Amino acid sequence: MSTITLDSKVPSGPIEDRWTNHKFNMKLVNPANKRKFTVLVVGTGLAGAAAAATLAQLGYQVKCFTFHDSPRRAHSIAAQGGINGAKNYKNDGDSVHRLFYDTVKGGDFRSRESNVHRLAELSVNIIDQCVAQGVPFAREYGGLLDNRSFGGAQVSRTFYARGQTGQQLLLGAYQALMQQVSLGNVELHTKTELLDVVTKDGVAAGIVTRDLVTGDIRSWAGHATLLCTGGYGNAFYLSTNAMNSNVTASWRAHKKGALFANPCYTQIHPTCIPASDEFQSKLTLMSESLRNDGRIWVPKEFDDNRAPENIPEEDRDYFLERKYPSFGNLAPRDIASRNAKQVVDEGRGVGPIKNGVYLDFAESIGRLGENVVFERYGNLFDMYERITDENPMKMPMRIYPASHYTMGGLWVDYNLMTNIPGLYALGEANFSDHGANRLGASALMQGLADGYFVAPNTISDYLAGLLGKTPVGTDDPAFSTSVAAVQDDMRRWIAVGGTKSPEYYHRELGKIVWDYCGMTRDKNGLEKALSEIPALREEFEKNVRVLGDPDGINQSLEKVGRVADFFELGELMCRDALMREESCGGHFRVEHQTEEGEAKRDDENFSFVGAWKWEGTGTTSTLHKEPLVFESVKPVERSYK
Amino acid sequence: MNLTLKVWRQSGPTDPGHFETYETTDVKDEMSFLEMLDVVNENLIADGHEPITFDSDCREGICGTCGLMINGQAHGPQKGTTTCQLHMRKFHDGETVTIEPWRAAAFPVLKDLMVDRSAFDAIIESGGFITADTGGPRDANEILIPKIAADSAMDAAACIGCGACVAACPNGAAQLFTSAKLAHLNLLPQGQAERWKRTEDMVETMEMFFGSCTNYGECQEACPKEIPIDFIAMMNRDFLKSKFKNRKLQGQR
Repeated sequence: MSTITLDSKVPSGPIEDRWTNHKFNMKLVNPANKRKFTVLVVGTGLAGAAAAATLAQLGYQVKCFTFHDSPRRAHSIAAQGGINGAKNYKNDGDSVHRLFYDTVKGGDFRSRESNVHRLAELSVNIIDQCVAQGVPFAREYGGLLDNRSFGGAQVSRTFYARGQTGQQLLLGAYQALMQQVSLGNVELHTKTELLDVVTKDGVAAGIVTRDLVTGDIRSWAGHATLLCTGGYGNAFYLSTNAMNSNVTASWRAHKKGALFANPCYTQIHPTCIPASDEFQSKLTLMSESLRNDGRIWVPKEFDDNRAPENIPEEDRDYFLERKYPSFGNLAPRDIASRNAKQVVDEGRGVGPIKNGVYLDFAESIGRLGENVVFERYGNLFDMYERITDENPMKMPMRIYPASHYTMGGLWVDYNLMTNIPGLYALGEANFSDHGANRLGASALMQGLADGYFVAPNTISDYLAGLLGKTPVGTDDPAFSTSVAAVQDDMRRWIAVGGTKSPEYYHRELGKIVWDYCGMTRDKNGLEKALSEIPALREEFEKNVRVLGDPDGINQSLEKVGRVADFFELGELMCRDALMREESCGGHFRVEHQTEEGEAKRDDENFSFVGAWKWEGTGTTSTLHKEPLVFESVKPVERSYK
Repeated sequence: MNLTLKVWRQSGPTDPGHFETYETTDVKDEMSFLEMLDVVNENLIADGHEPITFDSDCREGICGTCGLMINGQAHGPQKGTTTCQLHMRKFHDGETVTIEPWRAAAFPVLKDLMVDRSAFDAIIESGGFITADTGGPRDANEILIPKIAADSAMDAAACIGCGACVAACPNGAAQLFTSAKLAHLNLLPQGQAERWKRTEDMVETMEMFFGSCTNYGECQEACPKEIPIDFIAMMNRDFLKSKFKNRKLQGQR
């Protein structure tokens, strides 16, 4: 059987010195030799664009792939709020150690301490790098950078560019990438989707892609491959992810032997616009910053059909303020989400289909005046009004939690390498930094840390050992077998000739995953999901309808493969959630809660990373554990009361 | 509500293309325009017809992937709104809605409503960046940027690269896109070292692909981010200056 040992390769010594010492101890590739190595970078979001640009600046030959028509469209662009940086510009007691501590605690003590410390250290460099590139962060009148605060933190360390921080950071990385393209250091392939990861003797050899315009299936060989392909939140179908966000790259790597860690750690963001009908294709996030001035409430009575302005104060339940007096409406995301679900499930939801809670600005408008409130949130209010036709200055917003981010992902060691030598995973695609819950403004930080600073350093340690060795060529049978399998898949999907679209099955799958593996989970539900998902998948494989041709543009064909991967992943999410007999962060098992209804961890039995190995279709995946050791931060109950 | 859709269908770049008419029923006010098309596509698939190819991704108005000419207007009738954020309550029962791809020589149609906008990337590649290799730049707060300059750079940087400005322009010009990127970088202190080279390179690359600007102003009307044409004036001024400055920097006065 399997002989996998999960060696995290975490350096020893004081936590503050680990990254510095590790950089010194790693092997280097000299500048003249760097051009002898080809690195494949898949995905052009923050992690991918940053890594591709930086590796090319260092002198590596980079080939970069994205399924978008331009690297600038990756979904990092939609991040609104900001990026954390432990600069302590506000003199409010922030430090690298505090950001490290907040992130470990926010992750409910399920992340790898050394990685998180490195992330906190690099947060400072990221801000400097982005400013040098021309990212127009918000400024104060004197010309210094402005900061705001975010959920789960008591300092102001979040840098932002209006409500479009992700866009501006991505444009910075995209522009650096395009400069390297112009210099001939990066070969950029747009509208090109990864469909397989190729290994030879257990080592990453390259990838197989499909050109989404011509339909050509091609092989690409590289000394190392970086998957920067984002998370899997679309397993729920309705999420704040983009329509095309998918798990395919990570999942195909998983099926080639890469372990998938903590798939049940998914983040449900509390402030999204509730679904309005069965045609809804995605959910829209309203920035967490709204919770600074909005008060969340529902009627005290069930089925209270009065308009919000007709419900007097004494009939309202400000449930977050009531239950968490010290953090109030700024309780962390997982807690705010679960409480909203609870009141809606009780039958106290609001809106036409009773599926939301109010986020009310009336009190702030009274205190600050209409102008101040509109200046702060006007762009969000406009977006809300475009979608719902309701004006939040006049009546409370309706919000409800939605799938937003996935903390789980491919297992990686301290170098961000998966258990397949030469295959790396960066950004949301890996599992390492956020534990069981991610704090706001930390995703951008992690994507850029991995892309600009971590992988470009750690990759030399691996490549140095390959100097003088010829890589596996694309004429190798490892590639041709994979190409044949991918082509077979294409023909097979079209040949099914069923009656229902891939979209239909994705939606049905999403309902199961959301109902049983969403904000709350329990044993019965998860077992039910584990029987319903394979049954639905069987129907999908027999009855899906993909029209058109594999040559040329075919969006149904693109979709069907992604849905097939979501089926397998959805099953693994449920299996992981069932295995983890505790509650932590975004993973809330109803059986494991404190008397007050909060998440109850079991550090004695579950302080480990659960990494799953694919054992073939129809065979249950096997679990491998990486124990989590906390030397610098002592795990405590995560209280925000 | 019920609508009659006239949709541009084109199987590939070499196909001349044609309009198809689809009767669509039971369209809900709260649907987005693209969700309405999703439903049309589901029905087409159910009837055994190939669905309409169109681009979309974030559906939050920020990625710039979607873009349709709706009744001859880029991104449809609502000002400052991308196609994905346009909702069906802006239409009325019985209306005929014409849906076309972006129409511009620089954006060839790939299939149905999907076009190739890689000419935009070529403009960025020619100079739309600040050279700052990853490494040890100085502390972020050492560069003081007046709030008014940072805000103005941000107004320009809000461009999502959707191409509506080009599609709306009778000349198929890309002045608004190019000037927005130039203003973003040229207004910041970090962007000064490369300002004149950037301006000359980007404008000349733009002219290789796109038509000329004759001040119609349609671009700013169509722009979903409401980027003003003031930036075009700034670009024109900088382009003229760059012709002298670049030579002066080389020592050719």
